[in-house]
Amino acid sequence: MKKQTLTLISRRSLNDEVFGLTFAGAEPMRPGQFVELSVDGGYLRRPISVADSRGDELTLIVKKVGKGTREMAEWQPGRKVSALTSLGNGFGTDASRPLLIGGGIGCAPLYMLARTFAERGVRPTVVLAFGSADQIYFEREFGDFGNVIVATDDGSRGIRGNAVDAVRAEGLSEGNGFDRYYACGPLPMLRALAAWSGAGELSLEARMGCGFGACMGCSVKTADGYARVCKEGPVFPAASLIWE
Amino acid sequence: MDTSVTLFGRRLKNPVIPASGTFGFGSEFAEYYDLNILGGIALKGTTLEPRYGNPQPRIAECPSGVINAIGLQNPGADAVAGEEIPRLAALFDGAIIANVGGHSEHEYVAASEKLAASPHVFAIELNISCPNVKGGGMAFGTDAETAKKLVYAVKTHIKKPLIVKLSPNVTDIAGLALAVRDGGADAVSLINTLVGMRIDLRTRRPIISVRTGGVSGPAVFPVALRMVNDVARAVDIPVIGMGGVDSAEGVLEMMMAGACAVQVGAANLVDPYACRDIVAALPEVMASYRVQNLTDIIGAAV
Repeated sequence: MKKQTLTLISRRSLNDEVFGLTFAGAEPMRPGQFVELSVDGGYLRRPISVADSRGDELTLIVKKVGKGTREMAEWQPGRKVSALTSLGNGFGTDASRPLLIGGGIGCAPLYMLARTFAERGVRPTVVLAFGSADQIYFEREFGDFGNVIVATDDGSRGIRGNAVDAVRAEGLSEGNGFDRYYACGPLPMLRALAAWSGAGELSLEARMGCGFGACMGCSVKTADGYARVCKEGPVFPAASLIWE
Repeated sequence: MDTSVTLFGRRLKNPVIPASGTFGFGSEFAEYYDLNILGGIALKGTTLEPRYGNPQPRIAECPSGVINAIGLQNPGADAVAGEEIPRLAALFDGAIIANVGGHSEHEYVAASEKLAASPHVFAIELNISCPNVKGGGMAFGTDAETAKKLVYAVKTHIKKPLIVKLSPNVTDIAGLALAVRDGGADAVSLINTLVGMRIDLRTRRPIISVRTGGVSGPAVFPVALRMVNDVARAVDIPVIGMGGVDSAEGVLEMMMAGACAVQVGAANLVDPYACRDIVAALPEVMASYRVQNLTDIIGAAV
């Protein structure tokens, strides 16, 4: 954890709801880690996963879901933002045939992971699942590093169905198409994936108080007892989580 | 200039103490700064047996504050006394205050005994005001006779100073303070969180899984200040003030209201360096209000 002041250097709209922010002044982070950003209109910081981190440049992909993220959507380049960086454990990167599975805004943290694998000469399979075609973002960017499969709930693009439908439709199973999968998305998706295969790592989201382990606000049950999404997570072995 | 204060005859470097539940068991914060700048540390609420706490979500934001319903997640008194406290004591020479929660008199007494038996524990803070645990906690802190009886039972079983943490969710907090003093409390600390709630407009359901939680943060500061003042005017035992303090100015204000030491809670969750920065700012803020010794201003506004 590091408390830093970041400077917004660029922003881009990715669709009606989703936008990208790139900051300078961040310490390098690992795929799957997250940051906590201060917003003017809120007391608590906002936890946002790292979409990419290169040198001191940090890219976040944010969905407008509440007051804080809507405020972020209005931030202009040059803005200084107080942040806690390098939070959480991040994904492992030791798969030889990785499968990356993202749902909605949960696709964001997989981008840096895809790049990390590609730079090691491993081309991952990437499943990107969205509600509908107009919600898709970063399909081409993921395509630079992996073989992309798109799914939409309404069938307006790619496979009709959710992420789990997509991996089944592609005939993917442990040892067949991948040796380890890495997923981020809504809880029902992660839960279904955990039931589908234990050979994965799941990045959870939670309503957090602090983001660095102090308040126990984001604790979840695991086979090893309770664990904080912000500190022991946000990435957990799929088989270790106890679903309630 | 002197930032030190005295609590139960022990000199604390300064009155700043991270509040229970916002600083874990302390040792993890040593990654961020040298804990020895702090006057004391109030540990995460501890019960006799381990507790998992409430389901998710446990946190909701509110204007200038936060609502929490953690539900006393903790590894139990044996693990805290045997592992967490020694780990902190190896890093920290200030006052370690162990916070005790429970559901029954037996539980409170047994957990207090275990924690008070640790040579590293300076005082016990009895949490009779947790709003987030069903059938316990706050139930002990909202009725004067029940509170007095519980405090008496705990006090007769421990040899360490006993601080009783009071609930603001009462009509007469000074009456509660008098009752726990009569029961044998050596000091009171206040305020615990105020019961509140938020509703998710999309789902039309409470955000917090157990419906309500405790509000803390700057939103509660004026309420806390008033209650600290009410209690300081009523009792002759030390008062430890807390509730929305996030600055050195807030520390001074709490002390003028009657607090001899000040706990900082929610601010730690927004900024892990909050207590360090408040301690660092104290001398300059004292100078700007012509305060030579911090003890001089205790109860100035009583």
